[in-house]
Amino acid sequence: MATSNSFLSPYRVLDLTDERGYMCGKILGGLGAEIIKIEPPDGDPGRKIGPFVGDQPDPNRSLYWIAFNVNKKSVTLNLKTEEGKTILKKLAASADFVIESFKPGHLHELGLGYEDLSKLNPAIVMTSISPYGQTGPCKHFHVSDIVCWAGSGYMWLCGKEDRAPLRMSIPQAYLHGGAEAAMGSMVAFWHRQKTGEGQLVDVSITESAMWSCLTAHAAWDMNREILQRQGAFRAYGAYKIRFMYPCKDGYVIFLLLGGHIGARGQKALAQWIDQEGMSDEFLRNFDWDGFDASTYNDEMARKLEPFFERFFMTKTKDELFKAALKMQYLLAPVNTIQDLTENPHLAARDFWVDLDHPELDVRLTYPGAPFKSNRVSWRIDRRAPLIGEHNREIYGQELGFSDHEIRALTGKGVI
Amino acid sequence: MERASIFEDVKIADFSTSVVGPAAARVLADYGATVVKVESQTHVDALRVTAPYMGKKPGVNRSGFFNDYNAGKYGLCLNLRMPKALEIAKRLVQWADVVIETFRPGIMKRWGLDYETLVKIKPDIIMVSSTMLGQSGPDKAFRGFGQHGAAIAGWGTTLAYSDDDAVVPFSAYTDYIGSRYIAIAVIAALEYRRRTGKGQYIDNSQVEGSIDFLAQGVLDYSANRHLPQRLANRDPCFAPHGAYRCQGEDRWCVIAVATNEEWDRFCSVIGNPPWSADPKFKTLSDRKKNEDQLDRRVESWTANHPPERVVEVLQAGGVPAALVANAKDLAQDPQLTHRKHYVDLEHSEIGAHGYENFAFRLSKTPGTPRRGAPCLGEHSAYVCTEILGLSDEEFVQLLTEGVLE
Repeated sequence: MATSNSFLSPYRVLDLTDERGYMCGKILGGLGAEIIKIEPPDGDPGRKIGPFVGDQPDPNRSLYWIAFNVNKKSVTLNLKTEEGKTILKKLAASADFVIESFKPGHLHELGLGYEDLSKLNPAIVMTSISPYGQTGPCKHFHVSDIVCWAGSGYMWLCGKEDRAPLRMSIPQAYLHGGAEAAMGSMVAFWHRQKTGEGQLVDVSITESAMWSCLTAHAAWDMNREILQRQGAFRAYGAYKIRFMYPCKDGYVIFLLLGGHIGARGQKALAQWIDQEGMSDEFLRNFDWDGFDASTYNDEMARKLEPFFERFFMTKTKDELFKAALKMQYLLAPVNTIQDLTENPHLAARDFWVDLDHPELDVRLTYPGAPFKSNRVSWRIDRRAPLIGEHNREIYGQELGFSDHEIRALTGKGVI
Repeated sequence: MERASIFEDVKIADFSTSVVGPAAARVLADYGATVVKVESQTHVDALRVTAPYMGKKPGVNRSGFFNDYNAGKYGLCLNLRMPKALEIAKRLVQWADVVIETFRPGIMKRWGLDYETLVKIKPDIIMVSSTMLGQSGPDKAFRGFGQHGAAIAGWGTTLAYSDDDAVVPFSAYTDYIGSRYIAIAVIAALEYRRRTGKGQYIDNSQVEGSIDFLAQGVLDYSANRHLPQRLANRDPCFAPHGAYRCQGEDRWCVIAVATNEEWDRFCSVIGNPPWSADPKFKTLSDRKKNEDQLDRRVESWTANHPPERVVEVLQAGGVPAALVANAKDLAQDPQLTHRKHYVDLEHSEIGAHGYENFAFRLSKTPGTPRRGAPCLGEHSAYVCTEILGLSDEEFVQLLTEGVLE
């Protein structure tokens, strides 16, 4: 149950999204809003996306679906039927947000676009999530997650210079679109809270992912430079410095940098290497204070890197990280998801949340709050719903349909 | 165009540096909030001293990296090591609705600017602290860049060729996820204050915030003890799926074929060559089994055409495809032009250059950055006299004492 003191506990969201927009409702749900996921009568298409609990494909076992529909209630509704449209309008009349990710124009063709719903409820914030935006030359492009990811410019920057650009093996573009949509919805919502006026929020998934490109845009805009893929290295102008190193049990990220940011830590690390007999005169006498991005060069890097390569191979990522916390050199472990779930720091902060799925006879561990507040708890307390699990609650108790009517609507394929 | 003023009643004291905090504050600035960015000459925002610089000439007011995240803000310099500067900081907090900071845990407390102190000055203040690992826990003092955060959060194992050394995810990836959660938290806290009259303290760990973007993998591990495989660009639900070399130097497209209908359309677009009718490519499971061979076949077609042409014919034929765009491609992209993603703004030292808009458009009250980014301390006089109400004499006194450095 949404607690009454959540950020958005008085408000309701109708979530019509498919996988392109699940993240939006998940975040608004985390803020405490009541999220009604509206699925087609045969279930949301995203329920077919793996992985599945126990590797058994089934609409109620999709871990992809479960991950991003936690906190939501589910009703089924066929928006192509007249009765279905009437029911959606009834729900929209008292809702605060509607979020959707259909092809641009689809809801308008059904008579359920912003102009239709805002007549019934002028305060409604309607958020439309699409690959490229509601208007423009690419609005009807055929996409998948990797298509949006490539279009954002971020994929170009990942991987090795002489090989194909790489995406992350856990797809990201739709998540950026959904989170951006939650942010845009909140901006529009603040306006509505002050003025009573709702509006349409038009989110482009591809544009959302562009923000991860760091300086790529500025380098082109200012100097007509195209940043290159850097693989396991990090580029400083014309020079490259190794950034990812193998260690005894995996990999670490380590930034070899002195100057006012890194000298203190580098000195401590060099001393440790010396204590273990893996140093020489060159490293002992190295001027860390004078070593920063402006004095850096390739020759120096090729001489320095081997000391760290050899030393890191004698240590585990945990040993190197623990020492980095003390000595303040710039190193972090490349954690696996298993490492994360066993991480003492995250455990000490009560990050993980366990939810029971009695129908599947499992208890699953979910990522917890993206931020903590001294007043309000991030909500994650309701496992993702089964198909139409809340039809009776919403259609019966709230809209006042009798059991007989609900059965008739089900029979006609409306719900 | 009438300027957006959604947050015209919202005042933000932005003590944050680098990407995560400044990007969040810029969202509110674009929609009308007054944002004062607090810096000092002795400790400038690291982005000010990071390339690219206009004309490749370094300078604290010349970085495009800094400017993109700080458009529309007022720049105030305060040397927080001086007691008088702390007094000004406190006056700024009294003026503000929201304080955002990204110092290491404990620094704000050392200055007497922690939440417990500030709440006495301004009982309904909303304060956000964002760090890599949050304000509590054994590793809270960790120091590093966004790339380090991305490695800690698990991203380093999601990006890998199947047959090569591991690579680093580009950029400070966790910052870009974290900044949205901070902006969302601030607006949510404003709404909470509107209803209850109460402010609050928000502790954002960029690592924790970003793990939600791995939720599918976290649950797969929780349920099945599976870990992400080194899939390169492959996906269990698609084949072909990946980046394919095209004509030209370092030019690539992506193609994603899931269903048999898409496969038939793909074959038709490339002219139904004999190999495409081979039964080993007939169904998704056939194509997954023979994916190495399939990818070579697909690339033998793409390699003969520029990526723009490949994308054009595949899209016209109903097959998901895109150019793997670089920054030059994006700057010329008709869809982004249509959406006015890039906007040129005047900057006091380096003149007009390009800034980026966020990825949502509001139909009735659109927003965009209203000014270029501030030079270091550009608005110290304005902030002290107009916003904080100091007299000209008081301002000059602070200036001569070095408080505003």
